[in-house]
Amino acid sequence: MTDRLDAGTVSVVGRLRSRLEGPNTIGNSTTFWVGFAVAVAALAAYPLATDPYTVIQSSRYLALSFLALSLCFIWGYAGVLSFGQVAFFGVAAYAFGVIGINLSSATGVVVATVGAVIAGTLSAALLGYFMFYGGVRDTYVTIMTLVVALVLNTFMAQTAGSEWAVGEAQLGGFNGMTGVPSLTLGLGESGLVLEGTGFYYALLFTLLATYLGLRVLLNSSFGMTMVAVREDEARTATFGYNVPFVKLVVFTIGGALAAVGGVFYASWGNYIDPSVFGIAFAALPVVWVSVGGRESLLGAIGATLAIERMRTGLSSGIGPIGSEWALVIVGGLLLGVILYLPAGAVPTLDGLADELRARRTERSQSTTAAEESPE
Amino acid sequence: MAPLTFSVYSLTALLFQFLNSFGFIVLATVGLAIIFGMMGVINLAHGEFILIGVYGTALPYHAGAPLPLAMVGGVVAATLFGVVVERTIVRRFYDRLLDSMVATWGLALVVSQLLLIVFGSSLDSISTPMGNVDYGPFSSSVYRSIFLPAVALLVLVGLYAVFTRTEFGIKARATIEDPETARAMGIDTDRMYTSTFAIGSGLAGLTGALYAPALGSITPNRGSTFLVESFVAVVVGGPSVIVGTLSAAGILSVFNATGSFFFGTFIGQMLLLLVAIVALRALPDGITGYVDDWRQRRRAEE
Repeated sequence: MTDRLDAGTVSVVGRLRSRLEGPNTIGNSTTFWVGFAVAVAALAAYPLATDPYTVIQSSRYLALSFLALSLCFIWGYAGVLSFGQVAFFGVAAYAFGVIGINLSSATGVVVATVGAVIAGTLSAALLGYFMFYGGVRDTYVTIMTLVVALVLNTFMAQTAGSEWAVGEAQLGGFNGMTGVPSLTLGLGESGLVLEGTGFYYALLFTLLATYLGLRVLLNSSFGMTMVAVREDEARTATFGYNVPFVKLVVFTIGGALAAVGGVFYASWGNYIDPSVFGIAFAALPVVWVSVGGRESLLGAIGATLAIERMRTGLSSGIGPIGSEWALVIVGGLLLGVILYLPAGAVPTLDGLADELRARRTERSQSTTAAEESPE
Repeated sequence: MAPLTFSVYSLTALLFQFLNSFGFIVLATVGLAIIFGMMGVINLAHGEFILIGVYGTALPYHAGAPLPLAMVGGVVAATLFGVVVERTIVRRFYDRLLDSMVATWGLALVVSQLLLIVFGSSLDSISTPMGNVDYGPFSSSVYRSIFLPAVALLVLVGLYAVFTRTEFGIKARATIEDPETARAMGIDTDRMYTSTFAIGSGLAGLTGALYAPALGSITPNRGSTFLVESFVAVVVGGPSVIVGTLSAAGILSVFNATGSFFFGTFIGQMLLLLVAIVALRALPDGITGYVDDWRQRRRAEE
């Protein structure tokens, strides 16, 4: 296999690849990109091959992938473990509902989308400021983020009465907020309402763009700084980097990613309830990212799709295993992975593949060429 | 509901509210604080350890055992569970603190869901012993507002005695301070870690046992009722177990009690969160971290 494209190929592709590739991301070979293109094409063709219900279910997994990306980005690359990414996800989801319900027009929904992402991002920035500029230890960051999510859970669960309304939007307490608008593109009263397959494609496109954008960011000099902070905070500070600022920026970007997921999620079901702040939901991003591999964006997305698909399957029960076992399996998976496969699936597989390749080249050098099949 | 007129009665009620939340915060925190303070590990399954204490108490009680004996059952169950967890899981993560939180969270999900599967969505509640004391228009539970805070203080005093006055406590502290030297001095550090974790788990079990009759209906998600308070108290208190827990509980329960008394329990909890976030900015290593700093500076000046 060749790592360089043919000389005839336009240099634009080469320059693009040099932006997308680097030591901080897994998958820098032509083989990888071919496989990636096939996977994207398969996801794009998926709605043609299956029924509308499955498409809608799959949209949910894609929306949740943003949450996984958000945790993968801050934990895997900057070493900031947050158990409360769902807080920004949920804040954005509620903000989208509140603004969207009050401004019920196509423009209104666009405003709600932007406003909700800003709300989620700002709440992450605010919490990040208090944590990182105080210089608290890592474990405190982890539990404070969880506490924020849990307190929001308590808060939203008690907003049942009619006095808990923002304009037209009833927060709805434990039962949640209904009538959240669907994602809409357009200006004025009516626009292109994204539902069903349209929603799926909008999600897939946004996810693809986000993934590629994050790859560029991670392989830029800022990405290198993030990894430096993860590896050795004190040394990075000695080199003159403002570590609290780097962490704040990373955490804020993470909040923005979660917020985008929250907007998609709320408009997916036209509904949002306080369970998104609950401890069971807060555990899911940690499970996805741990299983997929915290240092692999694609691993996080893949694990999200796989685990959520599994949970959907389990919700109707598989054979003797009823739906109540889903959480036991998810928790056990988390425990098993962190005990026996701490890097997660994709980085471990990547390491194995590297080893295999190294061994193969070694062998082809030491044995006669006739024994090796040509590649 | 919110009596805004200040009288002897309402001040007494406020005091009882304070004691109630002080006892709750100390007891909810102490097991977590021991494990965090001594070993640096945050046990995300702390709520489930407490829950095992609750179930370990409620099951024998409903089977006919007298309440105090049932409570012993809760403590024993949580302690044994803690030993098993330390031996099989926590042990592997002493040099990977963040991973230990992830692992214990996985454990928490499994335990609470298994309790749900095995024992159903709820157990019958246990009625609170000791009755109420009435004064003016108010009424407070003797068990929650007097007995439990007293037990909380006793626990802290007991821990202080164990860790400063006994050979075990000195060995345990030596292990925490410098495991290699401790081993060189002939201390079985593995056993010290296990024992410390067992004490933390046992205290979580005690909390569960004591609150089993004060929770109302007993459900498998009750563990999370203790989580917010205990995490906030550990963050505000810092790594020193006894001073940290005591001072954090003292300060937090003033806010919590005042908020709950005038505006309802939910505002009380929101106040806790706000105090904790501000404390993060002002006292990044908690109250005890600040006290240590201050002591060192004073020593440097001398």
